[in-house]
Amino acid sequence: MSIIYFLIGCSVLLALIFLGAFFWAQRHGQHDDLYTPSVRILLDDEPIEEEKK
Amino acid sequence: MKDSRILEKLHCYHCGNDCEEEFAGPDEKVFCCNGCREVYSILSQSGLSNYYTFNKHPGATKDKLNPRFDYLKEPDIAKDLIDYADDKFTIVTFYIPAIHCSSCIWLLEHLNKLDPAIHYSRVDFLRKQVNIRFDNNITNLHSVVALLDSIGYEPLISLQDVIKKQTVGSKDNLVKKIAVAGFCFGNVMLLSFPEYLGISHYEQSFRYFFGLLNLAFCVPIVAYCGTDYFRSAWANLKNRILNIDFPLALGIAVLFLRTAFEILSHNGSGFADTCCGLVFFLLIGKFVQRKTYYHLSFERDYRSFFPVAVQVTDENGAERSVSLADIKVGQRILIRNNEIIPADAILLKGDARIDFSFVTGESVPINKVLGEVIYAGGRQTGEAIELEVVKPVSQSYLTRLWNNEAFTLTQQNRTKTFSETISKYFTIVLLAVAFGSLFFWLPTDFHRALSAFTAVLIIACPCALALSTPFTMSAALSILDKNLFYLKNTAVVEQLAHIDTIVFDKTGTITVAGADRIILHGDITAYQKQLIYSVCANSGHPLSRLICQYWEGTQRLGTSSYFETPGKGITATIDNHLVDVGSRLFIKGGFQSKSNTDTTEVHLRIDQQYIGFFSIKQQYRDGLEIINSLGKTYNIYLLSGDHGHEREALSGMFNPDLMFFEKSPQDKLDFIKNQQERGRKVMMIGDGLNDAGALKQSDLGIAITDNVNNFSPGSDAILDGRALSRLPQFFKFSKDTLRVVYGSFCISLSYNVVGLSYAVSGKLSPLIAAILMPLSTVTIISFTSIATHLAAKRRKLR
Repeated sequence: MSIIYFLIGCSVLLALIFLGAFFWAQRHGQHDDLYTPSVRILLDDEPIEEEKK
Repeated sequence: MKDSRILEKLHCYHCGNDCEEEFAGPDEKVFCCNGCREVYSILSQSGLSNYYTFNKHPGATKDKLNPRFDYLKEPDIAKDLIDYADDKFTIVTFYIPAIHCSSCIWLLEHLNKLDPAIHYSRVDFLRKQVNIRFDNNITNLHSVVALLDSIGYEPLISLQDVIKKQTVGSKDNLVKKIAVAGFCFGNVMLLSFPEYLGISHYEQSFRYFFGLLNLAFCVPIVAYCGTDYFRSAWANLKNRILNIDFPLALGIAVLFLRTAFEILSHNGSGFADTCCGLVFFLLIGKFVQRKTYYHLSFERDYRSFFPVAVQVTDENGAERSVSLADIKVGQRILIRNNEIIPADAILLKGDARIDFSFVTGESVPINKVLGEVIYAGGRQTGEAIELEVVKPVSQSYLTRLWNNEAFTLTQQNRTKTFSETISKYFTIVLLAVAFGSLFFWLPTDFHRALSAFTAVLIIACPCALALSTPFTMSAALSILDKNLFYLKNTAVVEQLAHIDTIVFDKTGTITVAGADRIILHGDITAYQKQLIYSVCANSGHPLSRLICQYWEGTQRLGTSSYFETPGKGITATIDNHLVDVGSRLFIKGGFQSKSNTDTTEVHLRIDQQYIGFFSIKQQYRDGLEIINSLGKTYNIYLLSGDHGHEREALSGMFNPDLMFFEKSPQDKLDFIKNQQERGRKVMMIGDGLNDAGALKQSDLGIAITDNVNNFSPGSDAILDGRALSRLPQFFKFSKDTLRVVYGSFCISLSYNVVGLSYAVSGKLSPLIAAILMPLSTVTIISFTSIATHLAAKRRKLR
C-alpha cells in the first residue's frame, strides 16, 4: 500500500501545476475580459454576403 | 416592390432611425442624415460593408456635428491619455460609449483596413473600451481619434478618466485567494475521506500522513487566504467595534490551532476540512458581494463633465489647446457652439446664450451681455464666444461645491446594515456560551473543558450568517439590474429599504429637458408672426424664450413701447400695432380653466383682436403617477433650481407646500442635511451637476439618466429613466430582501443551536462539523437566491 504515498504525491503535484497555470493566466490578463472572446469567435474574418430574399 | 416600400416607414440603413428627411446614398440605401451616409461610404469604400451583415442597423446616429479634437495635437495632453509609447509604437485605450453589438467589435477590430498604421485593436465589450496600438511614425493620436469619430465611434475623453487611469492598479488578490482556498479545500476533502470512512488498524501510518498533509494545506489557508479577516478583526477591536469578522477570525484561528494540536499530538484528525471549507465559502461570499458594472461609473464629478482642454488665444490672436488644469486667471478662452465653459469667466466677445440646465436646473438658455461673469458649467448654444478667465477651474462657483465636507467625509451617517448590528450581539452571546462551557467543565475535566470551549467557537462560527447578506443582496442586485436600476454595491439595497423621505429634482428628473412640445392654434400671417416674435424676443420669461425658439430665424422688428406684467403677460407696441401676449386671464379675462394642468397656454392678441394661442406641453417623464402613490407612505419633496413657473402644473403630483424653487446646489445639499437632522432617511433623485451635492449628502442618492453611458453625477445608484415607474416596486422589493436576510439568519441560527448542543458537551466529532458547516452554507445560498427571486416575481419585477 506504500504506493499511496507516491500517488498522493503525484496528485498534489498535478494540482499544484494547475494552480500555477491558473495564476499564470490571471497574471497575463486572460480573465480580464470574459465576454468579448465569446463574440469574437463567432465573427468570421471574411463573411460571405448573405443572399437577400 | 417599389410601391410597397413607400408604405412602410423608412429606416436609416446605418442607425435604424426613422428617416424624416431622406438622404439617398449609394447602392440604393437610405439614410437619416448626412453623417450616417458618410460613415456608410467610408466603410463601403474600404471593403468593410460586412459591418452591416452581422446586425441590422448596427450604427449609432451621426447627425450631431463633429466635435473638435484639436487638443489631442498638444503633446502634453496626449501624453496623459496614452498607455505606453516608444519611438515606434503607441498604445492607447479609449472608452467608446457607442459599442453595443457584435458589428461594433468586428469593425473596431478591423481598423487596420481603414488605416494601415493601426497594427492592433482589441475591444473589451463589457467595459466598452478599445485598446489600440499604432505606428506613431505614420499616424498620431489625433488622426486615430478622428478616424474613430468618422466611423461613428467617438471616444469619450474626459479629465476624470485621465486621472482615474493613474489610480488603477490597486487590486487585491481575491481571485487568487479563492484559487488557493479552492485548491486546499479540494485536496483536504480528498485526504479526509479515509478518515470519514474509517481506517483499519494496520493502516494507521496513513492516518498520521494524511493528517500532516491536511495540516500543511491549512497553513496557506490561514496565512494567505484568511489574513483579511484577522486584519479586519484586529482593526475593529482596536476601535472597540465587534463586527462579524471577529467571530470569523476567532473561528479560523481556533480551528487551525486545534487541528495542529490534535494532529501533532496523535490525538485525532482535527478539523482541517472545516477550516478550509469555511475560508473558501467566506471568500466566495466576498466575491459575490463585489459586483461591478464595468460600463458604469458611480464616482463621477465635474471633471468628467468638463472637456479635457480648451482653446486659448494669446495676444497675437493665435489659438492653442491648453489642458484645463493649466488654465490661469486672465487667459482668453474660445468656446464654440455646444462646448462647456470650464471656469468662471467674463464675456468679451460674441452673443452668449448659455444653457445652464445641467448646473442650475433652469432649462431655458440665458442671454448674457458683454462684461458679465459667466459661471462654469454652462453650455454655449450658438456662435463662438470669447471669454476671459477670472477664476481657476478648481475655484469656480460650480466646482467649489466639491470642497463641501459632504465630499470629503467618508459616509458615516448611513444606517448600519443588519449584519453589522446583529453581529455585535451574536459575538457577545457566542463568547458567553464558549466561556460558560469552559467554566462548567473546568472543575471536573480540564481536557474536556478546553475541547468544549474550542468546539463552541468552531461550530458557532457565523459562516452562514456572513454569507446570507452577500448572497441575498447580490441576487437582489442582479434582479434590479435587469430592471434597469443599477446599484453601486450590495449595501445600497438595505439603504433603499430604510428610506422614508424622497426628494425629487425637477429639470431632467421629472421633466425631460429640451423636449417641450409647443403647438400653435389659429391662423397667423407671416407679418403677425414677426410681430409676436419681436415681442417675445424682448422678454426673458421662459415661455417667451420657447416661442422665440419655435420661430427661430424670424426677422425682428423694432419695439416702440414695452410693458411686462409679471405672471400675466406683455403689452407692446410694434410698428404701430398693439400686441398683447399672455395668459388667458390677461387676454380674455374671466377665470383660467384648470382642467388640464399639464399644458400651459399663451394667448395672442393684435390690435385688440384675438388671433389664437400657443399650447405648450411640458414633457414629463413617463410613469410619474407613482409619485402620488408613493406620497401615501413617504414624505415627498420637490427641489428645483428652476423658477416657480411650473408650480401649478406640478401641484397635481406634489403637495404645493413641499415644492421649493430657485434652489442653488448648496441649498439642495443643506435641505437634505436639514431633513437628516430631523431623523429622516432621505433619498435624493437627481440628474445634473446641480444635484451632485444633494446626492452625496443624502442617505441614498440616485442619478436618473436616459442613457446610462452618458454623464451622470456621482451617486449610489443609477436609474434608467424608463424604469422610473417601477420605483414603488423597487422599494417593496428591497424590504422583501431584508426579510429574506432575516429568514436566512434564523436558519443559520437554528443550525448553530443544533451544533452547539453537541459542542457544549465537549464531544464534537470532526465529521459532524464537516457535515454541518457545508450543509448550512448550501442551505443559506439556495434559500436566499430562491426567496429573492420569488420576491421579485411577487413584485412583478423581471
